Amino acid sequence: MSVLTTDKNITTQIASFIKQKVNVDADPIRKEALEDFERLGIPHAKHEEYKYTPIARVLEKNFSFTPSPASGPIGSIDQFFIKGIDADTIVFIDGVFSKDHSKISSSDVKVLNLKEAIDSKNEIALQHFGKYADFRNDSLSAWNRAAWTEGVFIHVADKVSVAKPVIIYHITNATDGEVTAFNRNLFVVGKSAQVTIIEKYDSTGKANHFSNFVTEVVVNENAGFEHYSIQNDQNNRFQRNLTQIYQKNSSRVNTYTFTLNGKFYRNNLNLILDGEGIESHMYGLYLLNGDTLADNHTVVDHMKPNSFSNELYKGILDDSSKGVFNGKIYVRPQAQKTNAYQNNRNVLLTDTASINTKPQLEIWADDVKCSHGCTTGQIDEEALFYLQSRGINKDTARAMMLYAFAGDVVDHVPNEKMKEYIDALISDRLHKDF
Amino acid sequence: MLSIKNLQAKIDDKQILNGINLEVKAGEVHAIMGPNGSGKSTLASVLAGREEYEILEGEVTFQGKDLLELSPDERAREGIFLAFQYPVEIPGVSTINFMKTALNQIRTHRGQPALDAVSFLQLMKEKMKLVEIDQSLLNRALNEGFSGGEKKRNEIFQMAMLEPKLAILDETDSGLDIDALKIVSNGVNKLRSKNNAVIVVTHYQRLLDYIVPDFVHVLYKGKIVKSGTKELALELEAKGYDWIKDEVSVG
Ligand SMILES: Nc1ncnc2c1ncn2[C@@H]1O[C@H](COP(=O)(O)OP(=O)(O)OP(=O)(O)O)[C@@H](O)[C@H]1O
Ligand SMILES: [Mg+2]
Repeated sequence: MSVLTTDKNITTQIASFIKQKVNVDADPIRKEALEDFERLGIPHAKHEEYKYTPIARVLEKNFSFTPSPASGPIGSIDQFFIKGIDADTIVFIDGVFSKDHSKISSSDVKVLNLKEAIDSKNEIALQHFGKYADFRNDSLSAWNRAAWTEGVFIHVADKVSVAKPVIIYHITNATDGEVTAFNRNLFVVGKSAQVTIIEKYDSTGKANHFSNFVTEVVVNENAGFEHYSIQNDQNNRFQRNLTQIYQKNSSRVNTYTFTLNGKFYRNNLNLILDGEGIESHMYGLYLLNGDTLADNHTVVDHMKPNSFSNELYKGILDDSSKGVFNGKIYVRPQAQKTNAYQNNRNVLLTDTASINTKPQLEIWADDVKCSHGCTTGQIDEEALFYLQSRGINKDTARAMMLYAFAGDVVDHVPNEKMKEYIDALISDRLHKDF
Repeated sequence: MLSIKNLQAKIDDKQILNGINLEVKAGEVHAIMGPNGSGKSTLASVLAGREEYEILEGEVTFQGKDLLELSPDERAREGIFLAFQYPVEIPGVSTINFMKTALNQIRTHRGQPALDAVSFLQLMKEKMKLVEIDQSLLNRALNEGFSGGEKKRNEIFQMAMLEPKLAILDETDSGLDIDALKIVSNGVNKLRSKNNAVIVVTHYQRLLDYIVPDFVHVLYKGKIVKSGTKELALELEAKGYDWIKDEVSVG
């Protein structure tokens, strides 16, 4: 490793890597995106939004951004599938759609390869693609825009309620060297339609892998959208996600972000409430250990009157793990009668674990109800003593309290099968033996 | 059953217990009285194993075992139960699940098989009746939002479930209405036998009308300064603590 590494170097390195992978000159959009990326650069340590998440250093240290040998066959991937849930499944391996492993049986949902949808001039895809995320002021999004290769386009027609959840498995085969993936997704939920989409991230092999995904979601009038993100991979996963959700009148969105294992996560989740009578809930739970870093940056942007948003993110941090939470709430001048709530609560189990939490409310309307709260504490010793004084051993007592703390988020999962699945993950993680 | 010799303990550099001596035999009821801040709850917490207190001197044996060597949960499994003066609220922990876990860990320690769901619920019903506690209370998170009296009743319910050898009741009477006081005392009396013992910490004779003590001790400035029989409590009720304080300062 060179001693003099700056973000400028890593930006240049990545730019040339992008040029090797895609023909930027053939596509004016990619060309513009690459220029934006080079202009903006990978955020350095002083960048306001990356203060506690040294992404430039992390990428420099762990990735060469040079073409690596193609991976061999991946072997069985059944282990990554969520058992006992009747769902349509889409599998990507190293960012490439795997037809063999995917299975879509529902006729009420249209699932296409986004690249093909764009190339074949699918009207809905063209109408929404690239319209919501801010690609021009965020270097990671610009990078994705310049380099993306594949992704899913899901369209639910008006009034269709999709019975089965759609699960997208993003699997990385990191057996033969470093892997990078740049997927783009587009989900369009028609008027009065309803769909649940689950994204899960896994890998095999020990090499480092980095993914930089951008997902745009449009939730039309009176539609419902439920989204799960399951981040429970090995500690060689480095990931940055942007999920940009655009909501219209009377739409309902619930998002659930569970971060359990992995090396580095930067989750950007933005909800744009461009309508009235909207209800949005954002739930997050991060149970971190080892040297995992998980950064959740969320934005709720109330643009019109009479909408409701609620955010609950909780974290338990062990070992020398690091958590970052940044929750922005914007209430625009005309968004009167907005209700917006935010709560971030953390438990630190060691002296070396840390959390940086920052609520950021910017309210331009006067007739609104907004509240936020954040707490960071240790496990409550008095409660622990109370439980122990009834004969419960210390480890069980701790597990009981932490399980209760986490359960506060899990309880909000409406899909019973998903709730069971997540409950099992958390029980296992917290060594629940009661 | 319990033998305390010259027990001295401190917290945050403040010595609270200044040499306590107490012998409790199976079948006995001991009342501990004393002015506010004299160290009654501290003694109870030290016996239950609260780690914030540092033991400076002395020894405590419980059924021949060195109690001070044991962790709070080990003490509970050996048969010590503390009904807290201020029971702790634990959000999100279901009372029933908590009780089942506690009981089964104690049973395992005693070499008894864990209770299955059905027998557990049966036992619970039985003990609920004993202390007249409502099922709806137990369906909630542990002590969360319970009224003062409900918390105290829940303590006695837990005691009934766990059947300790030595129960230490720290001001269980405070916060209870008159009917509840009778019910709870009755519950305690029904659990009394020649094999177990009770230490009641209280400020009032009222409780001792129901749970009649064999011995009454006055704790003052971290020491037992006077011991007697149940008549001592009546005398305290009538005269307050000043005469004892005077005795001590003259002493
Ligand atoms: N952390 C601490 N640091 C210093 N002093 C403490 C600490 N904790 C308790 N004390 C003191 O120890 C003394 C004994 O307290 P304790 O709770 O045992 O009294 P008590 O006899 O139970 O009183 P009450 O009748 O009011 O319940 C009090 O003066 C109290 O303020
Ligand atoms: Mg007290």
